[in-house]
Amino acid sequence: MAEHTLKRFDEELERLSSTISEMGGLAETALTQCLVALRQSDSEVAEQVIAADARVDALDIAVQEQTVKLLALRQPMAVDLRVILSSIKIAAALERIADYAKNTAKRTIVLNSVTAPPAAVTGIDRLGRLVRTALKDVLDAFAQGDVTKAHDVWTRDEEIDQVYTGLFRELLTYMMEDPRTITSCTHLLFMAKNIERAGDHVTNIAELVSFRTTGHGFDETRPKGSASLYAAGNAS
Amino acid sequence: MANSSLAGSNPLYAGRRRRNAIAKTLAWIATAFGLGWLILILGILLFEGIGGLSLSVFTENTPPPGAAGGLMNAIVGSLIITILAVVIGTPIGILAGTYLAEYGRHDKLSSVVRFINDILLSAPSIVIGLFVYEIMVAPMGHFSGWAGAVALAVIVIPVVVRTTEDMLTLVPDTLREAAASIGLPRALMIMRIAYRAASAGIVTGILLAIARISGETAPLLFTALNNQFFSVNMNQPMPSLPVVIFQFALSPYEEWQKLAWTGALLITVTVLALSVIARSLTSARKSS
Amino acid sequence: MSIASTNGHGLSTAVPVATHAKVDTAGLAEKVSIKNLEFFYGDSRALKGISLSLYANKTTAFIGPSGCGKSTLLRILNRMYDLYPGQRATGDVIFDGDNLLRADQDINLLRARIGMVFQKPTPFPMSIYENIAFGVRLYESLPKAELDARVESALRRAALWDEVKDKLNANGQSLSGGQQQRLCIARTVAVKPEVILFDEPCSALDPISTAKIEELIDELKQDYTIVIVTHNMQQAARVSDFTAFMYLGELIEFGATETLFTTPKDSRTQAYITGRFG
Repeated sequence: MAEHTLKRFDEELERLSSTISEMGGLAETALTQCLVALRQSDSEVAEQVIAADARVDALDIAVQEQTVKLLALRQPMAVDLRVILSSIKIAAALERIADYAKNTAKRTIVLNSVTAPPAAVTGIDRLGRLVRTALKDVLDAFAQGDVTKAHDVWTRDEEIDQVYTGLFRELLTYMMEDPRTITSCTHLLFMAKNIERAGDHVTNIAELVSFRTTGHGFDETRPKGSASLYAAGNAS
Repeated sequence: MANSSLAGSNPLYAGRRRRNAIAKTLAWIATAFGLGWLILILGILLFEGIGGLSLSVFTENTPPPGAAGGLMNAIVGSLIITILAVVIGTPIGILAGTYLAEYGRHDKLSSVVRFINDILLSAPSIVIGLFVYEIMVAPMGHFSGWAGAVALAVIVIPVVVRTTEDMLTLVPDTLREAAASIGLPRALMIMRIAYRAASAGIVTGILLAIARISGETAPLLFTALNNQFFSVNMNQPMPSLPVVIFQFALSPYEEWQKLAWTGALLITVTVLALSVIARSLTSARKSS
Repeated sequence: MSIASTNGHGLSTAVPVATHAKVDTAGLAEKVSIKNLEFFYGDSRALKGISLSLYANKTTAFIGPSGCGKSTLLRILNRMYDLYPGQRATGDVIFDGDNLLRADQDINLLRARIGMVFQKPTPFPMSIYENIAFGVRLYESLPKAELDARVESALRRAALWDEVKDKLNANGQSLSGGQQQRLCIARTVAVKPEVILFDEPCSALDPISTAKIEELIDELKQDYTIVIVTHNMQQAARVSDFTAFMYLGELIEFGATETLFTTPKDSRTQAYITGRFG
């Protein structure tokens, strides 16, 4: 797209996007690193993840300030308006993803003092990798304005939900088999939930990438993989 | 060139300032020279004319040589001829000006009319006098007030045409469009909106035309001639101030010369008053 | 951003995107229907094949860069171009079933039905009262009391009554710019038109006067069909229900204002409204 007649406007939009890209990078790192901390039972890495979250929060506030300024001073229309509105929502989603990574890291530290079923840890790692890949792809889609890629990420949420449902059942089974694992499994359950929620935010970002370019999200009803989850939970 | 050298030390700037001073001085001198003559004329006129000013000037007719008298017949004659000239010339002038400004703004005919009107505007008045002599005085066989009024009307028309056209052209098109936008037909728009917006200017034009003809002598010499007696008969020769001044000023009689000065003062004051009124009308229009 | 201009159409085979809601014209009465309109200044064609509809009790805005033909289009609707030689229009402009371009159209009556408010306030050189009564008297002979009532209601309609009720005999040109413009609106309303055309009505006004006029346009919509030409896109967005974007004498895009300003379909519309033109 051609440049604005007013060059400053372009610069400000550019700055907004780069702030979000930086947030995206930090959220991705947080997610990767909290999985590393979990796999390697490394409290130090977990502490780093926790410490890094402050920067994400600061950037989220920076995005808010920039969008308010743009809305007030530039009276954006059409694609500019959508870019700015989606930016504030994408920033919020990334901030949440980083928060979930932070919470997961906190639970890793707790988990290091108890014994956890190794198979369950591997399951969470698998779920985490799925979400991390989705996050990486949606950030690429954001950077390139690639709606097709965003849509691809969006459809992957189903798989994430299914993996989460499986993990949920698995953890329930462990707890039923050996009540001593209840503490660790509860933490793992929350970690799984954290990562699943992060996946939902990735999906939201995918929709926002579409919105900023086309003016609408992906409206088809997405099959919800986790619908059976609560039924299963109630049954057991 | 450094900014700091903008002050007097810069030779370029100093030269400019010198030229400015010279131009300003020359303009002052020219203005003083022109105004000086005007003041001189008014001064002498006042000095010579004010002494003769008395009630009898307005109540007595022009006297025979050597006797005392006034200018009543000349004043009344001038008034009648001037008013008639305006009554004849103004409607024609306004209507023609309206055509030029409103209906035929882009016509070929308009540019021809406009050109001829400009010639007429600057035509020597003696030519106009001769013309009316040919078409009225000669066929009728005698001089008359009518012929005088027609001659002055011919002078009034181009002035009024010009000012009417100019003033109507100054009325913004947006006002015409606004009038049209509520469904006003063109004729009504001109009469109710354009004339009203241009009224002060058009009246000014008429006043200036009156000022112009009130001093005209040449056309009257060929048409109304003069009359030593009081007369309101338009079919007879009629006295008028300019012609009386012309005749009396050239005479060897002191009383006549004195009356000529007084008459000249009267005309000058009238023209001055008309100009002041015209000017104040124009400025009133601007400020509103 | 590279695919913004195709607005998803290029992706429609690969990605199931939602189909856009079309301009919902159900329940709208077509007040003026423009079909294949062309306009000429002498030999030069200023409007090319314009077709669009103006809906009753809705505000339609014409936007576009200078010289795009938006004012020309507006001035066709009340045949204002007839005042000038060498200008002509072809095509159809159907107003309540009647082609207003036909040669034997009673133009003065047409202009009473389609009023216009101009860029610069144009009060007539007469009193405030007369400015309004003047137009009314052209078409109706009302008793004094009724005329007074009409003048008052027109001034109230234009939100000017309270400011001028004590000086109805003052010259209309003595009012402030914003008041003069509202006086012009009152004058237009007093003739009881069906359509009101606004030709950049706020371009000479300060923001507060502008807001008052915009509020007025919003209220007038209940009783009239409104068309506004404006350079100010935000103004078009604020006051109109439908927007037409014109460029180089062509109608590029026409649609519901909220759609046009959030998700325009044409890349030129997008470029213009986001300030990426030229």
